Amino acid sequence: MADASAKQVLFEPIFSNNPIALQILGICSALAVTTSMNVTLVMCAAVIAVTAFSNLAVSLVRSQIPGSIRIIVQMTIIASLVIVVDQVLKAYAYEISKQLSVFVGLIITNCIVMGRAEGFAMQNGPWLSFLDGVGNGLGYSVLLIFVAFFRELLGAGSLFGISIMPVVNEGGWYIPNGLLLLPPSAFFIIGLAIWGLRTWKPEQVEEADFKMSRHTAKEAF
Amino acid sequence: MEHYISLILKAVFVENMALAFFLGMCTFLAISKKIEAATGLGIAVVVVLTVTVPVNNLLYNGILREGALSWAGLPNVDLSFLGLLSYIGVIAAIVQIMEMVLDKYIPALYAALGVFLPLITVNCAILGASLFMVERDYTFGESVVYGFGAGLGWALAIIALAGIREKLKYSDVPEGLRGLGITFITVGLMSLGFMSFSGISL
Repeated sequence: MADASAKQVLFEPIFSNNPIALQILGICSALAVTTSMNVTLVMCAAVIAVTAFSNLAVSLVRSQIPGSIRIIVQMTIIASLVIVVDQVLKAYAYEISKQLSVFVGLIITNCIVMGRAEGFAMQNGPWLSFLDGVGNGLGYSVLLIFVAFFRELLGAGSLFGISIMPVVNEGGWYIPNGLLLLPPSAFFIIGLAIWGLRTWKPEQVEEADFKMSRHTAKEAF
Repeated sequence: MEHYISLILKAVFVENMALAFFLGMCTFLAISKKIEAATGLGIAVVVVLTVTVPVNNLLYNGILREGALSWAGLPNVDLSFLGLLSYIGVIAAIVQIMEMVLDKYIPALYAALGVFLPLITVNCAILGASLFMVERDYTFGESVVYGFGAGLGWALAIIALAGIREKLKYSDVPEGLRGLGITFITVGLMSLGFMSFSGISL
């Protein structure tokens, strides 16, 4: 990707090379914060900020970092940025930072940040790296917001805390599906999202280890 | 004693690191294709967690916590904002030291763990356990038990998933769902199963 254009670097990770659906990066914190849209949006903003600026910082010092200790250097840069984000959240959005609890801190070990710093920022200039950080952060956000949309809408009948489908308890008609607020549903929704994405872009389908022999009767499909 | 047993049961089943808190998911999905690899990684996680959580507990209570430095004449210093940086440093250092010690004294175990040891530094389950320990204000004894329990729960989950995936590769999965997609749905079902433990309390 030596002469990749800025636009490509920015938009490629959103659908064609999505960090969660294809690169298997950053799933760790992706699932626990998706029960309501508010919390998810804050988390996404935090992740975009950290990926973008850590990529920028790593890229600026990339020729000064000795190869053998580069992981520690990257870790320190990322951890410092996360501390800044954590303190800002505690100062200006205390309620939400309580709900996110340990997951802001866990951005440090979010593989997206590490993976992009190691895989992209170490080889590319500051501007492209910054865009790559924003792009990957956006790719992460798109999937997270998708998951949070369904979980909050179907699980609590609301979006951003505003009631969309009035629930039965408050005299409405919608019976909320409690399962969607529990951990397993996040796995199901991401699994289905990946299915949808791969049906749309078939080149992402993984090769099977064992192939079924072909059906002989055509109408079996 | 009873308190500790209840804590360990809670850490292994009710608050399973992988299936209830989604921690360590990246390695959980990436290294669960073969049972042997999953077992190796599971053991490594148990060992590292049992060591790092108590060490971070000492660090937090001895240096970082508000008022912890009063013995040095600094009763008003609150260094807890440095927590994240110190915990990850401690984890990286301990993993490195363990690697060298194992290489020198127990080469068989070192060979078995192989590439998984360095990978563990970036496993969110390890940092997550330390952060939970701080948030819940565990004592030193509790942190040892919690570290061990959390590791055991994670190991149990990854070995179970590897077992399922080894069978799963013989089945005919719809094209788009193959690989990652079906794994997510399997993990979802496992997580559903583990939720049934949530009623247990001693």
